[in-house]
Amino acid sequence: MTAPMPSAYVQGIGLIGPGLTDWQSSARALAGEEAYSPRATTVPTPEGLPPAERRRIGTTVKLALGVAQQAVAAAGLDPGELLAVFSSSSGDGHICHEICETLASADRQLSPTRFHNSVHNAAAGYWSLATGSMAASTALCAYDGSFAAGLLEALVLVTVERLPVLLSAYETTYPEPLRAKRPVPDSFGMALVLTPTPAPDARARLAARLCDPGAPADRLADPRLEALRTAVPAARSLPLLRLLARGEPGEVVLDYIGEQRMAVQVRECR
Amino acid sequence: MTPLAIRHLTATSCIGHGLEPTLESLRAARSGLAPCAFETVTLDTCIGEVPGIDEVRLPAALRRFDCRNHRLAQLGLAADGFLDAVAACAGRWGRRRIGLFLGTSTSGMLETEVAYRQRDPKTGALPAALDYAGTHNPYSLAAFVRELLGLEGPAAAVSSACSSSAKVFGSARRMLAAGLIDAAVVGGVDSLCLTTLYGFHSLQLTSRGPCRPFDLERDGISIGEAAAFALIERAPESLDRDAILLLGVGESSDAYHMSSPHPEGRGARAAMLEALAAAGLPAQDIDYINLHGTGTASNDSAEASAVAAVFADCGRLVQASSTKGATGHTLGAAGALEAVICALSLRHGLLPGSPHTRHVAASLGFEYLLASRQRPIARAISNSFGFGGSNCALVLGRAQ
Repeated sequence: MTAPMPSAYVQGIGLIGPGLTDWQSSARALAGEEAYSPRATTVPTPEGLPPAERRRIGTTVKLALGVAQQAVAAAGLDPGELLAVFSSSSGDGHICHEICETLASADRQLSPTRFHNSVHNAAAGYWSLATGSMAASTALCAYDGSFAAGLLEALVLVTVERLPVLLSAYETTYPEPLRAKRPVPDSFGMALVLTPTPAPDARARLAARLCDPGAPADRLADPRLEALRTAVPAARSLPLLRLLARGEPGEVVLDYIGEQRMAVQVRECR
Repeated sequence: MTPLAIRHLTATSCIGHGLEPTLESLRAARSGLAPCAFETVTLDTCIGEVPGIDEVRLPAALRRFDCRNHRLAQLGLAADGFLDAVAACAGRWGRRRIGLFLGTSTSGMLETEVAYRQRDPKTGALPAALDYAGTHNPYSLAAFVRELLGLEGPAAAVSSACSSSAKVFGSARRMLAAGLIDAAVVGGVDSLCLTTLYGFHSLQLTSRGPCRPFDLERDGISIGEAAAFALIERAPESLDRDAILLLGVGESSDAYHMSSPHPEGRGARAAMLEALAAAGLPAQDIDYINLHGTGTASNDSAEASAVAAVFADCGRLVQASSTKGATGHTLGAAGALEAVICALSLRHGLLPGSPHTRHVAASLGFEYLLASRQRPIARAISNSFGFGGSNCALVLGRAQ
């Protein structure tokens, strides 16, 4: 018996990372058609938030919303129509550090804003504030498998609910001393808008299945992209992005939880 | 949605280790809240601490996961034959066909909080013994439970603050519907730590005395800790009369504020309506509401508005209570804990009262239960709402 494979069409892609400012300008480097030149990630301030809220958000929320807004704009959909899956290993490492420092000091009085921004679903909350969307969202974590876990949740949502879904997978850095425990070198985020039926300009159809034990994850030929893939949980998506950038059908194997892997089939729409 | 069978349940909180003592406490409307003497905390507040966590020992092979949160997880899993039920389920379906979706807000964060007091005076480094992946990371809870239970199916931690372990029922429901799994272990574990105690205090949301949900003089929450789990499968053709079903899940976002609910409970109302629609039930078919009822002025009044709107045309006042005066607000574990309490209500015909709550508003739009009642009921709804405006409602029912 073949296990059912949850599937969806890719309608929009967002990407922000080291030397990667968006999908459009990064696709050729990802496809191996031009050199990849990493530079420190610059994260823009997302649109749509009231000024007071915009002042309160840190890099993590900016990154999660930044890639989400790119993908939704590319898909040409109303963000209010989308269910949303936010997936990240750590949330905001700087807020976590500041809270732990304060709690270890003589005066344990925390900043209330910092505290409510420390929740793992901060990005999901600010997304609904920025878009006015009351649609359901979730906030997942699966350590180094956070991208694949988020993709699986999103594909299952599309398959079961037959509604368009936004996936935003993102990771930012920890400052020292936590950085030594979780050495994420730079920020990386990617987003997909996934739909149950193909629009005329749909890029590809994705379908996922869990691999049998022992299957190795796909690697990238460029050593700098491969280093990024292994260092940042959200960048475990790079083999899939490479296939999408090439516009070719195929199958990629991605890191999932623990020693398990997830295979994603990519079929062309055109 | 297609109803799902809740095959096995367990809960551990300050009112009991396992279902039987929990049921006895609920029957007697007994509270487990006491003045806070946790760790080095110097706040004037009450907490719901689970006794015996410090004595729990993790298996040697899983020592890297050792922390208060995961000790509480193991303590909880040891009750009510839950481990055996999962083992039997794995025998039936295979380890790879069982999903694991657990909610937590702070996981083993306490380890890192303590480690920050032990930084190397010269380099500032954290102690070598701190295991970030095994304790601090939100997924470490699911990683630990997955290894303890020997499961190999899809897994994730849901961390959406105080709706986390209600939303895991939604994740499991969808994976079952998609045919990716044949069963799921869902639940939530959250444990006391300084981030949440001092954090809620900074927002002036902690009560000095035991929390009094829906009381006219309520003044905040009492933070608790809990481990609660459920084993879910597709419902078979014929069910025992006392079988408990998950009938509906509803999820929404407030799109209003990060830490305050929409004043009329707009998102809460949407979540309840969606859960009822998923269950295919009108509001009048609900016999009991386990309210989110945290005990803060704004949360309870927003929820009251939402419940009054959803249950306005029932022709009678639906009975409701918050059980947080008994257990405290167990944050990321609250959704699963209160789903288990609803299951106990359905199974034993017990509508739990609300310890510490004395006087409620006369015109609530529902009947708030101060004392526990015995009455057979068929269907209940459980509300869970969190920071970021994350809302989830679950409809549970007894097989008829």
